[in-house]
Amino acid sequence: MAVFKHPQILVASNLTDGEVLFLGPSGWERDHRRARVAQAADEAAALEALGKRDISANRVVDVYLADVELGRDGAPTPLHYRERMRVKGPSVRLDLGKQAADGGAP
Amino acid sequence: MTAVDLRAPQRRNAPTISYRYDEYDAAFVRERVAEFRDQVRRRLSGALTEEEFRPFRLMNGLYLQLHAYMLRVAIPYGTLTARQMRRLADIADRWDKGYGHFTTRQNLQYNWPKLVDTPDILEALADVEMHAIQTSGNCIRNVTADHFAGVAPDEIEDPRPTAEFLRQWSSLHPEFSFLPRKFKIAVTGAAHDRAAIMVHDIGLRIVKSDSGDIGYQVVVGGGLGRSPFIGKVVRDFVPREDLLAFLEAIMRVYNRFGRRDNKYKARVKILVHEKGIDEIRAAVDAEFAAMDRSVFSHDPAEFERIAGFFAPPPYDALPATSASLRAAKLDTPAFANFVDVNVGAHKIPGYAIVTVSLKPIGGVPGDATSEQMRVLADASERFGFGELRVSHEQNIILPHVKQDDLFALWRMLDAAGLATANAGLVSDIISCPGLDYCSLATARSIPIAQAISKRFSDMSRQRRIGKLGVKISGCINACGHHHVGAIGILGLEKKGQESYQITLGGDPTFSASIGEILGPGVTADQVPDVIEHLVDFYLAEREEGEAFIDTWRRLGHARFKDLWRREGEDGADI
Amino acid sequence: MALISDGRFIDDGWRRLADEEALPKEGKIIVSLPRLEHALETLGQQSTLGVIVPNTTEPSALAQALPRLGLISISFPSFADGRGFSLARLLRRAGFMGELRASGRLVADQYAHAIGCGFDAIEIPDDLADRQDEEQWRAALNAASISYQRGYAGRGSILEARRGTVRS
Repeated sequence: MAVFKHPQILVASNLTDGEVLFLGPSGWERDHRRARVAQAADEAAALEALGKRDISANRVVDVYLADVELGRDGAPTPLHYRERMRVKGPSVRLDLGKQAADGGAP
Repeated sequence: MTAVDLRAPQRRNAPTISYRYDEYDAAFVRERVAEFRDQVRRRLSGALTEEEFRPFRLMNGLYLQLHAYMLRVAIPYGTLTARQMRRLADIADRWDKGYGHFTTRQNLQYNWPKLVDTPDILEALADVEMHAIQTSGNCIRNVTADHFAGVAPDEIEDPRPTAEFLRQWSSLHPEFSFLPRKFKIAVTGAAHDRAAIMVHDIGLRIVKSDSGDIGYQVVVGGGLGRSPFIGKVVRDFVPREDLLAFLEAIMRVYNRFGRRDNKYKARVKILVHEKGIDEIRAAVDAEFAAMDRSVFSHDPAEFERIAGFFAPPPYDALPATSASLRAAKLDTPAFANFVDVNVGAHKIPGYAIVTVSLKPIGGVPGDATSEQMRVLADASERFGFGELRVSHEQNIILPHVKQDDLFALWRMLDAAGLATANAGLVSDIISCPGLDYCSLATARSIPIAQAISKRFSDMSRQRRIGKLGVKISGCINACGHHHVGAIGILGLEKKGQESYQITLGGDPTFSASIGEILGPGVTADQVPDVIEHLVDFYLAEREEGEAFIDTWRRLGHARFKDLWRREGEDGADI
Repeated sequence: MALISDGRFIDDGWRRLADEEALPKEGKIIVSLPRLEHALETLGQQSTLGVIVPNTTEPSALAQALPRLGLISISFPSFADGRGFSLARLLRRAGFMGELRASGRLVADQYAHAIGCGFDAIEIPDDLADRQDEEQWRAALNAASISYQRGYAGRGSILEARRGTVRS
């Protein structure tokens, strides 16, 4: 069994419109701050199983676990710069993607 | 009874810009749209899994990217009519976010389409004789050509009829739609290659035999990406009537023997490299000899029919130079600068080829807003028979502008932010979308381009430096063509950070060469400094008339590596 | 396995003979390639012998057997592996007149490709047949009414249509 190093969230792409989604407590969320955080290997496996179920249900594609760190408020922030890009949008067009809705919030 | 050949040339009175669909072409594209609409339906219902849907999604140009889907629209041999450009603008507004990105294969990418909207987008494209067929997937991709086709003074023959011929031949090919990997073909028809044929899977060079017959030098196994290779000549002269058969033979050899065990070793360049060109040539020759060429040998009448669409437009008879142009240049230095940098000679007296740069200082290379696309469409109608080209350098070409009209055109472009006078200069950077958009990327590329562009924003300095091709790729797939940049930049990941490897000495033309690595990767912040050091060194060392690549070739890579090492020793933190 | 011919699921008149099974005296049987030589020697002259071959088979390996084979089935290890299409083409060029089958995880959207390259029928695993129903195969057959390439089987080529003349 792989060593569980960091808390993790489940990331996917929405089938119909390609938007990045995160598995939350009651379904898929567009905001990563509402994602369910797995704190142990078995929790992560459970997230993955739910993700795979939704692949079969033709809801999402390209499901994977991403390492995060937790802020003081418990909200997750991805560790790798690629996932940090995915939760925001293009760094060269701050008016587009998820960051636009936020008004550019971190 | 009189039999009429339905293929009578479509010239009539109105000149055609480019190939016009007949009922068969139109029916073909409509069938593809209907087919894809059904495939989307079956995907949503689960009749097709994502794994099964994916090759067909890709064959219609739809990728899943970092933030959204991406649709790659085919612009065959980079040629567009004003009407088509306007439709691209409308699609951007209606189904995307008001802009598009012109690519290094003369195509256009939309970054935010929805899967469920894509059939409607394809329908809107079909209305103007456009499509997104085979812009992705393990099939034959957009056949690209010289963006100065038909108008360059050094042209032997317009490569676009050949490219159109091949486009039709390669569309939904029953045998070659499930290749080991993607397959890219480029055609060039001039003394100078502007289509980078030496780094394509198949590169075709139009040549004239001693007896004046047109044929093709066929080059195989060029390519960039993880393992860059310069293509090798597989046959020096293939007569026009044998071209299709000969290409079929190459495709069959590749389809049968290309590697399928490893995605990164599956291109034809690897097959040529591993077997050697002699063995591949023998296999192709044997297959070519075994074919019954009468079955699908070239039909000269069909080629003529296609070529008829690319007949020259009705140019006016003009003097070779324009007095009003001369006067306007004297009057307005900024305009004079634009003409000197962005305007090239035309084969017809009194005309000019205009490069519209999509690389404004600090802007996103190759992007155009829907508003800018409409301005370009208008400009082409006012000043150029309604024709535009997309170059693989991610700029737009207006290929038929009267010298007398250049000033009015420049005013129009300037008002729309399209008059940056940097064609071929250091800020005319080729850059892939990189990690800002692309799910394959390992690092961002656009901010690097922006930083370099801003560092060299001074136009007189850029002119002093002269022609310098900077090309940036955000990952090893090399869509930014960094291997063939005089200065190439490759974005990688090193210890959890974006890291940039610089290469020097790349060349995409007939004198093709792959760039050589300068040293270990640097951070994003350091890149503009490094580029500036290299440029300053070049300026100090260059001889009369030498471009950057010439000086590099003369001095040798070692001199530049020394410069790099010295910088490191001086504590420049490289 | 399910068999598709002419856009419909049909019963298979052939039987795949397991390698450990003895050669029967009669019936249409398909043997694996290693057994072919022995099967040809043992059985009579009727074209009731079929063979299933990997998609990497050299056509020359089958040259002698071609006139005596009633069926050749080409394996498709994955729908993305298009080598079978070239092999089919080469076998037809070599003069094979019997039934050509594509066998593997092909999807309906490849039907036109298969017909174009000379296949008569497609054989797919049952789990795939469950999702790719007859309607999809029939629709696929009609999805491409005309194609650009010449010299391929199936629907007519656009070039031939363009050459067609209008009598006035």
